Amino acid sequence: MRTFLVLLQKEFLQIRRNSFLPKLIIAFPIMVMLIMPLIMTMDVRNVNVAIVDLDRSTTSRRIASHVEASEYLTLAQTTAEYPLALEALEQGDVDVIVQIPADFERDMAVSTPEHISITANAVNATKGGIGMQYVVQTIVRTLGEIGGERAPVKVSELITVENRYNPTLNYRHYMIPALMIILFILICGFLPALSIVGEKESGSIEQINVTPISRFTFTLAKLVPYWIIGLFVVTVAMLIARLVYGLAPVGSVWAIYLGAVLFILTISGFSLTIANFSDTMQQTMFVMFFFIMIFMLMSGLLTPVDSMPEWAQRFTLILPPRYYVEILRAVYLKGTTLSELWINYAALGGFAVVFNTLAAITYKKRS
Amino acid sequence: MNSEIVISVRELTKRFGDFTAVDRISFDVHRGEIFGFLGANGAGKTTAMRMLCGLSYPTAGSGSVAGFDVMREGEKIKRHIGYMSQRFSLYNDLTVWENMRLFAGIYGLNRRETEERASALLKRLNFEAERDTLVGSLPLGWKQKLSFAIATIHRPEVVFLDEPTGGVDPVTRRQFWELIYEAASEGTTIFVTTHYMDEAEYCSRVSIMVDGEVRALDTPARLKQQFAAESMDEVFRTLARGAQRGE
Repeated sequence: MRTFLVLLQKEFLQIRRNSFLPKLIIAFPIMVMLIMPLIMTMDVRNVNVAIVDLDRSTTSRRIASHVEASEYLTLAQTTAEYPLALEALEQGDVDVIVQIPADFERDMAVSTPEHISITANAVNATKGGIGMQYVVQTIVRTLGEIGGERAPVKVSELITVENRYNPTLNYRHYMIPALMIILFILICGFLPALSIVGEKESGSIEQINVTPISRFTFTLAKLVPYWIIGLFVVTVAMLIARLVYGLAPVGSVWAIYLGAVLFILTISGFSLTIANFSDTMQQTMFVMFFFIMIFMLMSGLLTPVDSMPEWAQRFTLILPPRYYVEILRAVYLKGTTLSELWINYAALGGFAVVFNTLAAITYKKRS
Repeated sequence: MNSEIVISVRELTKRFGDFTAVDRISFDVHRGEIFGFLGANGAGKTTAMRMLCGLSYPTAGSGSVAGFDVMREGEKIKRHIGYMSQRFSLYNDLTVWENMRLFAGIYGLNRRETEERASALLKRLNFEAERDTLVGSLPLGWKQKLSFAIATIHRPEVVFLDEPTGGVDPVTRRQFWELIYEAASEGTTIFVTTHYMDEAEYCSRVSIMVDGEVRALDTPARLKQQFAAESMDEVFRTLARGAQRGE
């Protein structure tokens, strides 16, 4: 026990003496939680719309003014010639072109008019697709208003609408749990690995290996400080989410903490295993980056698991962050309880046991 | 000389793939001896020493250190030895005192014993003023003396020193050897490698390794006689000249 305590004391002293680690540990979560939710958004804004107005009627002007008034759309230009608008689209000044056919208003009043045509630049598929949906909605609303005023023709016959996107969905609330996980991976994943490999590089691990200290004690003393730091990080992250973004968990805070403990155990055990197989910091960094890429892009942090191909969905079952991000989102947004999420907790617990055992086994005091 | 054998090695061998780093070496070291373990760079000294310390598994052969088998009881050996690596390996970002406290704690000394021994060592080294200095900022000679002090803080039966005085100035070297003598006189067995032949003269017995094998082993006086040499330097050169390996 005393051996463990002196080792723990040593780890804390080393973290404190380090010229940048304490600053990183405090500033990093605050910065990420403050700034990233503002930036990491899939909400499509500032869609530039060009209107080719061949009708020049009240209706077409009304469409234009609605486009201009939309929160998501910007009216970039109004012209009477489609080629001009197309040129702007090609140059990237315009994202969506709306062409209102000649005599649209008159035809609408008496019969079925020619269709309004919409052209979108889909190089950025998300922006093109969603931007187009916004435009369609805006036009539908405009026509709906007009239709309501003097309705001989049903609006739905003028344009078919397939509204698959919910613009009121607050993307930040979806992203904040993902950011919390990224913080854990970076702080509780990278730092213990670098600390072990640092000892290999400086040679001090040899002085430890020649003592009777057990590898379990040494590994545990390496990990405990980062577990404590991890709990600090999750607390800071939750506070910022609450105070700055007004996001408080609907469910229990303890459900989040329990998940955090299990996830931190998992990710730190994982990183130590990698450290045990590396001789230099470069190796560790590279291998960690490889896995972190997979963790970030494949475990549903940024894109929903449900929309991945079948094989990829099956693959996500072996990715620990997948389970924790589900817990976070469910508890935060839906108020799901611990017992409903037991499979996720059990999976994380399993990963924690496996990786920490691996870390202790692969740490060789003797070659 | 005490005849109790503390280190006993028979046909100890270490191979890395096709390369035989240590080739069937055999020797005994007695309690309280200062055993000089000489050899050119690449002769296999460090590899042999690492096997004896339980840092490396022997490929073949047998050996015991402080009564424990080097093959099977590496962790038990570690309780009874001190080791000072060729490369300075204390924690540079901890102070002198913190390093002492850490290693004392690792070897299971309690708070009071730690306090007593660390204070005594600081006094012995005239380091009292440097108690709270970060180890990284000490000059090399001081670091080496501190490494030795920490390697002996738990009063081990055997201390392994791998080129402890490499790069150290002559005055500090002298002081270092005084520390070694003092430890040996208290019954600690010293197993030391060096490239300084004047240091070899201080040893009770000396073995010289060439190409992974022990080519000579005796007291410095008898070795000089055997090779009809004036000094250990000459003995060493005679033997090392035939080496196939080297830098």
